[in-house]
Amino acid sequence: MPVTVLIVDDSKLARIVAAKALKELQPEWVRVEASSAAEAHEMVAAQAIDVALIDFNMTEKDGLDFAHELRALRPDMPIAIITANIQDEIIARAREIGAAFVAKPVTTEGLQGFVSGAALRLKSRQS
Amino acid sequence: MSPAAVMLTELESDALTEIVNIGVGRAASSLRKMIGDQVSLSVPAIEVVSQRRAARLISEREIPPLVAIRQDFSGPFSGRALLIFPEENSLELVRAVTGDELSVQEVLDIEHEALAETGNIILNSCLATMANMLQRSLTMTIPEVVRGDGASLFEVWDDNDVDGLVLFLYIDFAVRKRDIRGYIAMLMDLPALEALRVLLEEFIARVVGDHG
Repeated sequence: MPVTVLIVDDSKLARIVAAKALKELQPEWVRVEASSAAEAHEMVAAQAIDVALIDFNMTEKDGLDFAHELRALRPDMPIAIITANIQDEIIARAREIGAAFVAKPVTTEGLQGFVSGAALRLKSRQS
Repeated sequence: MSPAAVMLTELESDALTEIVNIGVGRAASSLRKMIGDQVSLSVPAIEVVSQRRAARLISEREIPPLVAIRQDFSGPFSGRALLIFPEENSLELVRAVTGDELSVQEVLDIEHEALAETGNIILNSCLATMANMLQRSLTMTIPEVVRGDGASLFEVWDDNDVDGLVLFLYIDFAVRKRDIRGYIAMLMDLPALEALRVLLEEFIARVVGDHG
């Protein structure tokens, strides 16, 4: 089964950029996109999602709140919060819910640590 | 003596310039990553002016129509941050951040939200860095794209106090290879400036430490 990554961002540009970086790092991973927390919830309920990249600054529900809910549903899922809002407090809140922090703009270098860690975790779970 | 000098001591003003420099430097590095070309920055200018004068400063610097991405921040000090550039640069900026991979129609379709996202990244990196340096947290609103002349970009918070004084801070940026230029502006009202002054004093005490 290929790994499926959910990219949640209300900006299409941001989803394009994150998907591009992800594709370079893990070309065989399947990428699916949601433009809001509500849409992301539906996708998580409907299909198997292994990894989530979640934007912080979204209208309606912010990414940390969504990540918190997702964490309750999926305690083992590798989750990263993506944001240009690099305030210490935001990083600390991401850590609290066991999510990694990736600064925007997303680059392959910036995403690499999280993606390698996620790949290892998924592999060790399968074996 | 400029009004800014009346509001802030020389050391406070230096500290603010330094913090803004680092914040904007971080913002420029984000923009550089997004477009892959060098971004040059001016030294920040900090002035205390009337809101009307701030709007006029904007109009004098660029010929409308202008595009701005606007984000309000609140916390121990509140205000508004803007990324402003001439409208004619807008599509070039969108092409730059999308890596020249999209068709003309796709660029047009994505323009509005690509501007919002670019502004979000640039203004957030700047404001978040400043908040971290001052050891306080700020809440940022979702970015909004606005078009118009200097006055309309600035229609400031409180309509009853159109000529209240504001701290007006701006930095020019340019991407020479792309013919993209614009600037980052920040506006804070006087109560915010007073709150900021306290944080600047704390910052100075931390930086200077026992040697002060």
